[in-house]
Amino acid sequence: MPQITYVHSNGTRQTIDVPVGTSVMRGAILNGIDGIVAECGGEMMCATCHVYVEEDQLGRTPTQSDDEKAMLEFTASERRPNSRLSCQLVVTPELDGLVVYLPETQV
Amino acid sequence: MASPVVAIVGTGQAGFQAAASLRQDGFAGRIVMIGDEPVPPYQRPPLSKSYLARDSGLDELWLRPESFYAQHQIEVLARETLTAIDRTERRLQLASGAELSWDHLVLATGARFRPLAVPGAELDGVLPLRTLADADILRERLDQAREIVVVGAGFIGLEFASVAITRGASVHIIEVTQQPMGRVVSATISRFFTDAHRRWGAEVSLGTGVRRIMGAAGRVTGVETTDGQYLPADLVLICVGVIPNAELARGAGLAVDNGIIVDEYLATADPRVFAIGDCANFPTPFATGRVRLESVQNAVDQGRCVAGQIAGKPAVYDKVPWFWSDQGDFKLQIAGITVGHDTAVLRGDAEGGHFSVFCFRAGRLIGVESVNQTADHVVARRLLAGDPRLTPEQAADVSYDLRAHTRSVAAR
Repeated sequence: MPQITYVHSNGTRQTIDVPVGTSVMRGAILNGIDGIVAECGGEMMCATCHVYVEEDQLGRTPTQSDDEKAMLEFTASERRPNSRLSCQLVVTPELDGLVVYLPETQV
Repeated sequence: MASPVVAIVGTGQAGFQAAASLRQDGFAGRIVMIGDEPVPPYQRPPLSKSYLARDSGLDELWLRPESFYAQHQIEVLARETLTAIDRTERRLQLASGAELSWDHLVLATGARFRPLAVPGAELDGVLPLRTLADADILRERLDQAREIVVVGAGFIGLEFASVAITRGASVHIIEVTQQPMGRVVSATISRFFTDAHRRWGAEVSLGTGVRRIMGAAGRVTGVETTDGQYLPADLVLICVGVIPNAELARGAGLAVDNGIIVDEYLATADPRVFAIGDCANFPTPFATGRVRLESVQNAVDQGRCVAGQIAGKPAVYDKVPWFWSDQGDFKLQIAGITVGHDTAVLRGDAEGGHFSVFCFRAGRLIGVESVNQTADHVVARRLLAGDPRLTPEQAADVSYDLRAHTRSVAAR
């Protein structure tokens, strides 16, 4: 099963097995990782599952939709070029080893 | 002094958020959630969307895994029902016979399905859609249903219809008003979705109610409408709105009028008792007067607001309301409250299914309804949080840059 590493804003790392087809957001919620809020449950109506993707892994992540780009305007923490909504990062075998950094705040 | 106790009645999205935010805000007292459902707090929106369609499962419904509650010392009393609120002694009576003392009481009691008072409403196959248990029954029934009648064309009814039609069943939607979703959207959006459902193959009868529901051997066989049609049916979904769960608040001497009356801090007349989410009737700058809203945004932001007050960070509740609905290929996103607009202008390509309706009252933008047009929705949420200063002419002109407008208004 692909492994995803979540890095908290204090630097703590947690690596979790996330099944293929499950989003990086849902993987965090199901494993009790604080730092992902996911208010709308993955409907792209909020931006509280914001993560920063490890820069050199950006190319492996699925393309950003216009809707995701629009909704990223609502991030509570600074939006950067590697900002993503983790509900849109659906895990595939290619995403094994993905590292995402959790922002300081989601709201 | 003993550590304070917060009792939260209701384990829906609002109650969950209040509990989670209390811990996030550093509240160190006891938190007890009381809910009558047998399961941990879950999200309701997917019940009429992806969960119903079997595109998502139970794992995706839970707001948090069960371990979250123990980890954050949030006690969840499931399958438990509140029977009385004693405000003098600050005690709750529970159906199990237990009592619970509290220092702060958060009523997040939600709303319940409004039954249809017609003969035959008790027949097997006449079903509501409000809870996970309801959705599980409908999931099963949808596998066999051939002829479905949806009574009530609100969000839930139309979302259900858009899932049901993909199963090859015939779907007939009847709506007592002339305007589906008319309580919450403009005539343009209402018409757009009515047309879409007809295109997808549903029959839609407007201005039509139910006279009685017919059955044989205890099972539904059809619906007789107020205009004399007979619609054969093996499944009838009743979705004609909800009733806020406010009886216990009323019994405790709190004011109730279409929900539990609260002030701009979401407190009742008793400063230790709050109401949030679907059951709360609150004043808002986004409408003329008071509103009661049924939405995730409202539940979450109000839960957070009340947690802040209890944790010692009081703030007026003034969040921009937003809503969404998924029907077929269309995502409807609403920012603000558009009810009561006097001017509605279209922006975008309605025929192509990418557009927004900007709604104004007395020249001021009060809300925006977007169909597959998230960029407009985002702009609208930003604008409505401040002074929008957008004219109907600007809104209708697709060459007018709304993002630039938003930035210039914010900079002012």
